[in-house]
Amino acid sequence: MSNAPVFIALQATEDMRAVIDAIVEDNPHATVHRYPAMVKIDAPGRLSIHRASVEERIGRAWDLQELQLGLISLAGNIDETEDAFVLAWH
Amino acid sequence: MQIDIRTDSSVSPIRQTFAHIARRLGADKPATRYQEAMFDLQPVTSFHYRPLWQPQYELYDARRTRVVMQDWYALKDPRQYFYGAYVNARARQQDAMEKNFEFVEKRGLLGALPADVRDVLITGVVPLRHLEWAANMNNAAITAYGFGSAITQAAMFHTMDRLGIAQYLTRLGLVIGDKEAVEQAKTAWMEDMTWQPLRHASEDLLVRDDWFELHVAQNLVLDGLVYPLVYQQFDRYRSATNPAFSLVTDFMAVWYAESTRWVDATVKTAAQESPENAAVIAGFAFEWLDRFTHALRPLSLRLFGSDGEAELASAVDALNKRLSGLGLTRQSESGDHHE
Repeated sequence: MSNAPVFIALQATEDMRAVIDAIVEDNPHATVHRYPAMVKIDAPGRLSIHRASVEERIGRAWDLQELQLGLISLAGNIDETEDAFVLAWH
Repeated sequence: MQIDIRTDSSVSPIRQTFAHIARRLGADKPATRYQEAMFDLQPVTSFHYRPLWQPQYELYDARRTRVVMQDWYALKDPRQYFYGAYVNARARQQDAMEKNFEFVEKRGLLGALPADVRDVLITGVVPLRHLEWAANMNNAAITAYGFGSAITQAAMFHTMDRLGIAQYLTRLGLVIGDKEAVEQAKTAWMEDMTWQPLRHASEDLLVRDDWFELHVAQNLVLDGLVYPLVYQQFDRYRSATNPAFSLVTDFMAVWYAESTRWVDATVKTAAQESPENAAVIAGFAFEWLDRFTHALRPLSLRLFGSDGEAELASAVDALNKRLSGLGLTRQSESGDHHE
């Protein structure tokens, strides 16, 4: 497992806001850059998105594949299950 | 690997949200649509005239209930429904229900039922549409007399939901036996002894003044008995022989699970605010629990026959557990209502 930086860039839309808040909460080592209409989150080594944390914030059932609707770009190898979406360099 | 992805950050918005939302959040940061469409929409000061029909109160007045809150905007909706989110969610559910009705009608699944099943559905379930109308009125009253747009906006959505459910029940009647079935259900509601205790209790509730009592009695206690009894227990009972009933009442089952989150969150927050609130709310809850348990007995016997007592008892047990989970205890058993 390398410590090389991974990132995810998301559109700053209503639904993605809950995702961004969940990422910030679950990844204290991450750095958040807020641009107009885009939020880019960098982290050394690893970045994870948990379905449960997003659902807590969005107030409804949330499918991890909804992430694609607001995804601009990402870097890292993806490990995706129904419950978590993890970025890391293997 | 280095990818530099950025947008032109020399343009930054002057403010992230409205000033009154920023005061709520404690900083000028992006707010959710729900927060922007919910917080502080209702005026609280500088009212002009008092209402002629209730001169002891202002137009919007927190004293219309015995429940006291430091901040009425603590009663947030965990579903985060504002108009757009609510309408989209219900439109999707409506599409699914239309498909279900189409499926049932095309195959005539409810058109040619055995006489006993047909009778229990027409005189045991379809009359619930009148009970839904009472629920619609009660929630309209919560919307009208409640305090703070957090609870009143969610209550308005709840009001419309009840109208929709009443319409689905009417359609159930129409599918089973056309207009005559719906008329027969109305006659049952007005005259059949199965329904009279429930009609009496719900009419007594309609004229109560305290809007939080309406919320507790209708949305927590009455729905907390009727929905599990009819749309869960009776549904299981029926689906063994004819699953069509599950199809045309699917919305009610899903809606109950969803709206329970709102009801529980608001009641629990208000009860946790103070021991006085917990005592007032427990008073509402257990008074109406006793009344509605009694009122639902004939209906339960009608729906489940000899299993009626046991089925009702299991619904009451489940509701008792739910009430105690919300921090509500019977007054006579204990003078102490702390969490």
